[in-house]
Amino acid sequence: MLSYLVRRILTLIPLFFGITLISFAVIHLAPGSPIDVLADLNPKMTAEAKQRLISYYGLDKPLHERYYQWLRRFASLDFGVSFSPDRRPVMDKIRETLPITIVINALSLLLIMLVAIPIGAYSASHPYSAFDKSLTLFVYIGFAIPTFWLALLALILFSVQLEWLPISGFRSLDYARLSLAGKIWDMVSHLILPVLLSAFGGLAGLSRYMRGSMLEVMRQDYITAARSKGLSEREVIYKHALRNALLPVVTILGLSVPGLIGGSVIFEQIFAIPGMGRLFYTGVMSRDYPLVMGILTIGAFLTLLGNLFADISYALVDPRIRKGGKG
Amino acid sequence: MADRDGDSRQRFLPKHNLSLFFLCLSLSLSVSLGGCSEDKRTETKSQRDESAASHPQPAYGDTLVEGSIGDATNLIPMLASDSASHNISGLIINGLVKYDKDVKLVGDLAESWEVSQGGLQITFKLRRGVTWHDGHPFTARDVLFGFQTITNPNTPTAYAEDFRQVKKAEALDDYTFQVVYEKPFAPALTSWGNLVVLPKHLLEGKDIAKSELGRKPVGTGPYRFREWISRDRVILEANPNYFEGRPYIDRYVTRVIPDLATMFLELKAGGLDLMGLTPIQYKRQTGDRFFQQSYHKYRYLANAYTYLGYNLLDPKFKDKRVRQALSYAIDKEEIIKVVLLGLGVAATGPYKPGLWFYNPDVKKYPFNPAKALALLKEAGWEDRNGDGILDKDQEPFEFTVMTNEGNPVRQRTAVVIQERLKKIGIRMKIRVIEWSAFINEFIDKKDFEATILGWTTGFEPDQYDIWHSSKTGKKELNFISFKNSEVDELLEKGRRTFDQEERKAIYSRLQEILAEEQPYTFLYVPEALPIVHSRVYGIEPSPLGISYNLHRWYVPQGLQRYDRTELAP
Amino acid sequence: MIQGAVWKSVRQNPLTLFGGFVVLMLFVVALGAPYFPVHDPYSIDADAVLEAPGLGHPFGTDELGRDVFSRVIYGARISLWVGFVSVGIAIVIGIFLGAVAGYYGGWMDGLIMRFVDVMLCFPTFFLILAVIAFLEPNIATIMAIIGLTGWMGVCRLVRAEFLSLKERDFVQSARALGVGNLRIIVHHILPNSLTPVMVAAILGIAGAILTESALSFLGIGVQPPTPSWGNILTSGKDNLQIAWWLSLFPGLAILVTVLSYNLLGEGLRDALDPRLRGSR
Repeated sequence: MLSYLVRRILTLIPLFFGITLISFAVIHLAPGSPIDVLADLNPKMTAEAKQRLISYYGLDKPLHERYYQWLRRFASLDFGVSFSPDRRPVMDKIRETLPITIVINALSLLLIMLVAIPIGAYSASHPYSAFDKSLTLFVYIGFAIPTFWLALLALILFSVQLEWLPISGFRSLDYARLSLAGKIWDMVSHLILPVLLSAFGGLAGLSRYMRGSMLEVMRQDYITAARSKGLSEREVIYKHALRNALLPVVTILGLSVPGLIGGSVIFEQIFAIPGMGRLFYTGVMSRDYPLVMGILTIGAFLTLLGNLFADISYALVDPRIRKGGKG
Repeated sequence: MADRDGDSRQRFLPKHNLSLFFLCLSLSLSVSLGGCSEDKRTETKSQRDESAASHPQPAYGDTLVEGSIGDATNLIPMLASDSASHNISGLIINGLVKYDKDVKLVGDLAESWEVSQGGLQITFKLRRGVTWHDGHPFTARDVLFGFQTITNPNTPTAYAEDFRQVKKAEALDDYTFQVVYEKPFAPALTSWGNLVVLPKHLLEGKDIAKSELGRKPVGTGPYRFREWISRDRVILEANPNYFEGRPYIDRYVTRVIPDLATMFLELKAGGLDLMGLTPIQYKRQTGDRFFQQSYHKYRYLANAYTYLGYNLLDPKFKDKRVRQALSYAIDKEEIIKVVLLGLGVAATGPYKPGLWFYNPDVKKYPFNPAKALALLKEAGWEDRNGDGILDKDQEPFEFTVMTNEGNPVRQRTAVVIQERLKKIGIRMKIRVIEWSAFINEFIDKKDFEATILGWTTGFEPDQYDIWHSSKTGKKELNFISFKNSEVDELLEKGRRTFDQEERKAIYSRLQEILAEEQPYTFLYVPEALPIVHSRVYGIEPSPLGISYNLHRWYVPQGLQRYDRTELAP
Repeated sequence: MIQGAVWKSVRQNPLTLFGGFVVLMLFVVALGAPYFPVHDPYSIDADAVLEAPGLGHPFGTDELGRDVFSRVIYGARISLWVGFVSVGIAIVIGIFLGAVAGYYGGWMDGLIMRFVDVMLCFPTFFLILAVIAFLEPNIATIMAIIGLTGWMGVCRLVRAEFLSLKERDFVQSARALGVGNLRIIVHHILPNSLTPVMVAAILGIAGAILTESALSFLGIGVQPPTPSWGNILTSGKDNLQIAWWLSLFPGLAILVTVLSYNLLGEGLRDALDPRLRGSR
């Protein structure tokens, strides 16, 4: 088990450098420079002033030198200072936006699991039934509907018409003066729509995967054997099939992290949530190289972590790996 | 800073009087703004007159929440170049001078000033007894420190140029600040806004670019900084010791809502008290009873104009007749009708109608496709091969207009122009490019044929940097390479002349030449369209907009929506 | 015989049939758009801004007075075009790298699969955003970058197929006969491994259409005046409450199209997978 873990972690290291290298290259080969955004077309900014800004930000140094310096600082978790006029450390910016993005994504991932696994299992145990078909349709509608459109429609219904939920942001203006219960409800009410909608969109992937995995398991010999032993269909499905069908699903969870993180741009934009997706988007639009680099790396790092986590849980439930066999 | 609308990104900074300028709330989202202007609106006025008749008592208290599409970046004015930052820092930090209601320059932190030595020397007498928000007294040394900081080459500021004209600056005593200019410089006085006033006791010996003060500003203004939750909100609270009297409204909150549709829903649900409307929102979405009862809308011409600029190095556009023809072929009224829904006026030159230096009697280009075709024929362009496209020397008349991504109004303008030109046989392509690449790769390198952009203008007519032939270098603002010796002379003279009548004559002539030459097709001056909750009283629209007197706004006792907040002494 | 079984399986699933029918109809619409008697999708009408659906304009007009019906129809061309080309790019890259990795194995396989792992770690949408914002939001860039970030799945599928197929008898015998590697790859293994690729492609098209609409929402999708479903929907979102038609029709178009591609892809996968077939 330990050697398995060590091996897994070792393979992550080259991946990590690949990730930083690719993002660094993508960012720096693009035309344009952050100085333009900084200066706008200010009538009072001379060419000389621009040059001053360029050397101030080190943009006149060659590419490999900048990457090397970035890596060195990265070793101490220092992503450098943002190009935006606030000149704040990138790490500070990520630190204040990451939690909210993680909370929303973790909640929606949880919700996806809670809904998609039963849906998938049920569909697989009644394949091609009317119910299976309606569920299929339901999860695919969630996937196929443009999220920002559905989000606005939901806002109009639940927040403007019915006035049940707040519209935007992640806490109210008078948050500080609320009681504890009030604070919790305030947070929850702001998160309901983003989490629900994000989960609705992600349902299809996991539930269809679960269904496929379950169908596959159901054809295995040991299921047939279990049936022939006279176990009830319920017992067969929930005691034997489900557990085995869940194994591959665990691994796909790790892979769904980047998709969720990417999707948060849209949600954070529409619900005005100050998360990392929006931070990234503004960073991209203003060519805030250190910031974009930092977030891409953190995003990839989270994915790696998700994969590792999935690997570990897989190993924990799969005896072949646990006993040191090949993974 | 950057955000979807792009307006906050592509907004061009006003000249000279920047800080004064940004004291106006820049509310509108779909038009360039920053400046506000004359209220030529009658319906609002009458609405306001009614409410003024009942005249409720001013009262302290309540909170106003403003919606902004982008977050502020830095609340030290000289370090920020986005209007979101300037809007907020303008409430916190005063300048030496400001514009009053009638666009007259009056003292802010300066009590009075004296211009001597033929305009070369200005001596400011500062207000006594003013304290910074942390209780430290404000003196002339703070102004001197600010001046030294902004002219320090290591300060990453975009506003140093006006202050480089200064030969000598000194604090004669605690309340006297004196500057001497090298040459007469007409825009001198207006430049002493809030860019150059910094709390020396907090910044001395520190790197201003990395200073905490950009996140937690300390000023002398009507509001003091309370809290900034990045990308979410900035909360200001009334300064009880403000030298013009404590503001009525307790708290002023700016909420960041990046999506226009969401922001409007938030307004509708009561979560916002003021925001800038788009023309469609103004015309079509806010006319029902609910909005009429709960909100007041305002409109005034923004201090900005949008133009179609031609690269004069391009052989096609070298011929004046071609540029004039294009101006005739474009239906400005159609653009205003479709894109702005009538909320704007046709531009005739680089200045906004109504200002003292605006010249209404210049050559105009009403929509006239026949005249356009005639002029083009004169210049050698006609459809010889019958393919529907004009040609000259076997070359079809084709060009690409570039504009920046993120500004739907500009993009729609481009589409309307494209359709018009198509009808007279000119093929215009539209290329929308992300802002920074657009400026760096195309505008700065002059690698463009034509462009749709906008300038924010001010209450000072000097536009030396935009039109002077010495400013045609790479990365300079006369990127269309306009060169005209008479214009050069006028611009130089205008800067060195103090007499308003003389200057008026100078800039009138400048406008005549520009109208004749059409280096740009001046398209339109949009209107700023703020909307404010109707419980707010004390708003007096002026050429500056509405928010110049924000500290005098109030909500009468019974109408207050938010609890009184306890202000620390 | 196999085709017969596939067809039977497809026929028995109404959702697959529905998906297939819609996909077919979309082709007709997209290809036939220029021949339909609809308005010019680019023609501006200053007097008809945001008009509700009626006789002249069955889907109403947009904020420049253009006919939404014809824009949605022409938008189908663009949206599908974006879907096909970007998926085409993804497939070419995926097949090439997958085939090389699977067939040759060894260090090449290791390198390529590490590269796949690296690419899979990126929040793809972030990468797309960065590249489009840094370059230029035009159709070519959008198609290219969606393709360049979407090939990893195909690559893995093809590699897996190659790994198993290259040990099969028909490959071994071809090799024994001295057939060149390239020929074996292209003529013997590839045709036998295309089935899962086809399914992945169908699903990929749906994904690309959605990605384009998300990019349009952020203002960096297909640029005006060219209509795409994404940018029509985006212009509709700001006028949701006064001009429902401007968002409803492109929104439904995206929903139904993406749904249909998914149902079709899913149904085909089930039908083509002999292990799943007959499990009912």
